[in-house]
Amino acid sequence: MTDAFLTAHKLSVTLARREVLHDISLALPRRHLVALVGPNGAGKTTLLRALAGLLPARGAIHVGGDALGSLSLRERAKRFGYLPQGHMVHWPLPARDIVALGRYPHGATDPARLSPTDEAAVERAMQATDVTQFSTRPATELSGGERSRVALARVLAVEAPVILADEPTAALDPRFQIEVMKNLRAAADSGILAIVVTHDLGLAARYADVVMVMQEGRLVAQGAPAEALSDEILANVFRVTAYRTGHEHRMIIVPWAGV
Amino acid sequence: MVTEHAAATRRTSTIIVMALLVVLLALISLGVGPVRMSPLKVLETLFGGGSDVYRVIVQEIRLPRTILAVAIGAILGLSGAALQGLLRNPLASPSLFGAPQAAAFGAVLVIALGLADVRSYALPGAAIVMAFLSVFALLVVAGRNAGLLILILAGLAISSLAGAATALAMNLSSNPFVALEIAFWLLGSLEDRSFRHVMLALPFITIGAIILMSQRNALRALSLGEETAQSLGVHVGSLRLIVILGVAFGVGGAVAVTGTIGFIGLIAPHLMRPLVGYDPARLLVPSALTGAALLLAADIAVRIIPSTSDIKVGVLTSLIGVPFFLYLIMRERRALGGGVG
Repeated sequence: MTDAFLTAHKLSVTLARREVLHDISLALPRRHLVALVGPNGAGKTTLLRALAGLLPARGAIHVGGDALGSLSLRERAKRFGYLPQGHMVHWPLPARDIVALGRYPHGATDPARLSPTDEAAVERAMQATDVTQFSTRPATELSGGERSRVALARVLAVEAPVILADEPTAALDPRFQIEVMKNLRAAADSGILAIVVTHDLGLAARYADVVMVMQEGRLVAQGAPAEALSDEILANVFRVTAYRTGHEHRMIIVPWAGV
Repeated sequence: MVTEHAAATRRTSTIIVMALLVVLLALISLGVGPVRMSPLKVLETLFGGGSDVYRVIVQEIRLPRTILAVAIGAILGLSGAALQGLLRNPLASPSLFGAPQAAAFGAVLVIALGLADVRSYALPGAAIVMAFLSVFALLVVAGRNAGLLILILAGLAISSLAGAATALAMNLSSNPFVALEIAFWLLGSLEDRSFRHVMLALPFITIGAIILMSQRNALRALSLGEETAQSLGVHVGSLRLIVILGVAFGVGGAVAVTGTIGFIGLIAPHLMRPLVGYDPARLLVPSALTGAALLLAADIAVRIIPSTSDIKVGVLTSLIGVPFFLYLIMRERRALGGGVG
């Protein structure tokens, strides 16, 4: 892969005296949707947080040619849209105010006073995820699916070159899982590098350009869905067999039985 | 459905109404006492009218008390709203976390050790340092993502410790007016305050208010959780220290001249949320105004409730505040249960 936008070199992370990421190196270009898969506890969330600079890590991370450590907190915030697991909101803020917080890194710290540029970005993000009708509804009153789309809109509103999304489809019904993946696919097609943690191998195979497989803090496979999710890797890493077929030129993978 | 515009209008009108209420209560407060005056008479006297006697009563005897009630009520309301925003927790407040108690200990220590007299800047200085240490200690003990129960238990422990330390300092002091002093520091009061007291407290209260207001947008971003706020460019570690510092300045400055007045900071944000919404940033100013109105009203009440001796305003705010706190606990029962883990 040439033109890598986000690179990591020998990335290691130690949490509570335990090394949870070992020597991870990667180089990812823009305009790609990357699925990060692996069993529970493999270190997927840790890798995502380390890439966003939310965790102290050894090794080197470069984004857009700059060392992550050389960027101010705000400059980092402009380059990474980070969607954590569970997309928690502590107060019942109106959905639009939450999306508008995506403009915080750009200096728009008050949702009530957005510049036309920020206003337009919020509008685009809300339309893309189809949440405009919830604008004034408190986020805590929305259903899980609606809330997760609002959270995704907040991340899209950053208009960062990199999106890091931690299980954005968890706890969503099938329709919204597809909607969220389509949104992320569209973001990638528009030039963004989107890295998505998921347990759903089917969604990963269907939407991702690249699948990265993690196991016990290491990156054990990386490539197009068909190679990264080979029978051998599914057996060794996930301890499952899979049923495979194709539909509309896309690979369909269904985990079938334990091994 | 409430539109964006309607919500903004309601926020603005709430602020205006609360500001007018504070002005009205201030005028009433200036008119209450052995010599009663109507708000209109007070207004006239304030601007140089009326007899000399009335002018002395209003401008020199009652004005400091009223100014302190407004400033201290406001900073307590503001501190409560800021702490609730920082901890994303509707039960947070300076008094539940032992900050006023610790500040009182700081002030008492200075007096007991004979380091300064009651009108020196050493007093608010010590109060501020102790208030800072107490909230800092609370957050260290409770940990970053502490639930309600842990925060409240840690706050209880810290305020008990501060109370015990205050009593100890009193015990060991050679001050003959020990009993009186204990009453002063533990049961906050606004009686007999002069402009010296105003000058002592006001600078610190103002600094505290400016510090807290400067963090309002970061507090809003924090609604999305610490990790997300950090990913949006908020330095969560410094935000926490700055808010504690602001609370310490405000509460320390207030306690140094009035002793501990509790529960204003807990109640004020709750009264405002139904009117202005839950946004922690937009809650700050209305909570400050509500705090000022509450303390003014309480201070008026202690002067007009018939009693043989003076009721301390801190006692009254606790008498109203504790049942309110119990009501909140009842309402938050589920969250409390879930907060153990």
